[in-house]
Amino acid sequence: MDKTPQTEPRQSWTFSNSINSEIRRAADTGIYDIRGGGAKRRVPHFDDLLFLGASMSRYPLEGYREKCDTSVTLGTRFAKKPIELKIPVTIAGMSFGALSGHAKEALGRGATMAGTSTTTGDGGMTEEERGHSEKLVYQYLPSRYGMNPDDLRRADAIEIVVGQGAKPGGGGMLLGQKITERVAGMRDLPVGIDQRSACRHPDWTGPDDLEIKILEIREITNWEKPIYIKVGGARPYYDVALACKAGADVIVLDGMQGGTAATQDVFIEHVGQPTLACIRPAVQALQDLGLHREVQLVVSGGIRTGADVAKALALGADAVAIGTAALVALGDNDPKWEAEYNKLGTTTGAYDDWHEGRDPAGITTQDVELMKRLDPEVAGRKLRNYLNVLTLESQTLARACGHNHVHNLEPEDLCALTMEAAAMAQVPLAGTNWYPGKPGF
Amino acid sequence: MTMTLEKTVLDMTATELRDVNTTLQAAAKAQANAAYEIINPRGSHAMACGLDGPLSVTIKGSTGYYCAGMNKEATVTVEGSAGPGVAENMMSGVVTIEGDASQYAGATGHGGLLNIKGNASSRCGISMKGIDIVVHGNIGHMSAFMAQKGNLVVLGDAGDALGDSLYEARLFVRGNVKSLGADCIEKEIRPEHIAILKELLEKAGADAKPEEFKRYGSARKLYNFNIDHADEY
Repeated sequence: MDKTPQTEPRQSWTFSNSINSEIRRAADTGIYDIRGGGAKRRVPHFDDLLFLGASMSRYPLEGYREKCDTSVTLGTRFAKKPIELKIPVTIAGMSFGALSGHAKEALGRGATMAGTSTTTGDGGMTEEERGHSEKLVYQYLPSRYGMNPDDLRRADAIEIVVGQGAKPGGGGMLLGQKITERVAGMRDLPVGIDQRSACRHPDWTGPDDLEIKILEIREITNWEKPIYIKVGGARPYYDVALACKAGADVIVLDGMQGGTAATQDVFIEHVGQPTLACIRPAVQALQDLGLHREVQLVVSGGIRTGADVAKALALGADAVAIGTAALVALGDNDPKWEAEYNKLGTTTGAYDDWHEGRDPAGITTQDVELMKRLDPEVAGRKLRNYLNVLTLESQTLARACGHNHVHNLEPEDLCALTMEAAAMAQVPLAGTNWYPGKPGF
Repeated sequence: MTMTLEKTVLDMTATELRDVNTTLQAAAKAQANAAYEIINPRGSHAMACGLDGPLSVTIKGSTGYYCAGMNKEATVTVEGSAGPGVAENMMSGVVTIEGDASQYAGATGHGGLLNIKGNASSRCGISMKGIDIVVHGNIGHMSAFMAQKGNLVVLGDAGDALGDSLYEARLFVRGNVKSLGADCIEKEIRPEHIAILKELLEKAGADAKPEEFKRYGSARKLYNFNIDHADEY
């Protein structure tokens, strides 16, 4: 008897294997998934934009002969001592605690060799970091772990963190297994307990208060330090306008692909806007206030290549910041650790349980043996190389568009491959002179 | 600026905030134990902040936000009331408020003594990290929220949710506590606590006996995330 023909087994799009595995994990544990790494879902991004290049209306610059400047000055609005960077790529804030001392040292070494700044994180300023970072931005966070006036004064800039792209409106948690004696001591808390990072500051609410808080910080630091305000990609037009009102010298705008040491997966994937969608509203706010280029805009969240750098600058940013990419450059998620990733139930490129402190690459850990795997000098050189490549690539693209400074890149140099990207970046869909929302169409 | 035999007087009707703070910060470094008096403060913000040395500053009137912020070693006295965030992130020294203090008094303070002769509003001692705070009157709601280290002594009453999500700070209240926050419980008061109280009450010139206080601290149930305690978060 013939078998009845059957259709191929069909997986549900709605209940995919990935979703089902999460349901099973939730049923087993009773707790949401916590991870690092930023949004993993596909969202419109810089890959959806293309540069047009030179043509009859634009003269390109000779790639190996004509200069294309990459320098950037941050903090020109009020600070007595703005920061001068050789390249428009900075290292984003990542905490000692989340990262090992070696990793912080490597970030400082690499950034310094490349002529740029690095940034502290929750947990205070370490000697490794200050000692190896020619230009160091000191984060002023809700937890105020390790905060003190001496470190404020020996910083080169101060970044008031209001939010971050991976979790606008959310705090954080450094799990007890990473709280060694040194980490605990810097945070004035017992060893081995979970350390919460509050979601809002303890002594101000809203931009009116923040304006006074900034006044206080400037008074304590003799008005020398540029004051950054970091916001997550939530309501970029209004957030940027209010940050200007509060007195920012520099605004750091972090889209949802921005990484994080640890927070809920549901938060990472479902709160905030893609980086691409944040830039034009932010720039518009600066332009409406007459402050574009006077208050510098640093964009972060998913910057990986020189093309990403150049596109962010073309949309109006003054610089970008990298976090996850910097960790990868140091050696995070390197295939050479595949066997160890497998033991942790994951694989190269997917490892994101940075908060658990078992990082085979020795970067997001406080385990003494694992930390030894990262040579800060070697890793620092790798980061320097990577930063140099980002810079060279962005210069290449700027020259191809006829610009002798990467800041001269402009939206008119771009087109979009998708309707979504066209709408978000407000550049024409390729082959048209139209983008969704453009007046007159 | 005028000088008397004892004190240098800065008049804020004639001197900008920047100049006042520059003068005080320089004096704190260079003139050990010098005394300054600020008149006509008119509720100015960020007064006498960032001092780093054994200076004495008396402010003749009320102040705005963040007076004596991040103070180190200096003695700052406000002969009036203080706005939000007085002595925030204080490291050491003594800050005295003769009147009342607004929200977040002593927030994130690492050390020193904040002595409030009147009442303190909500979130007094929020995230305190080693500071000692003595409030002669009452304190508002959510005081000592996520307080990590140090001592908060209240001669009057405490508002709602005292010590919510508390770490290792010690809270002593003589009056009534409207409610305790998550993971905050009343604890036995032992001889070492009596000794701490006695010393702090003496330093603050407070008219109270250590035995009249109750002690509150962390139950330490929320120190490591446990899904069975999710209702507490």
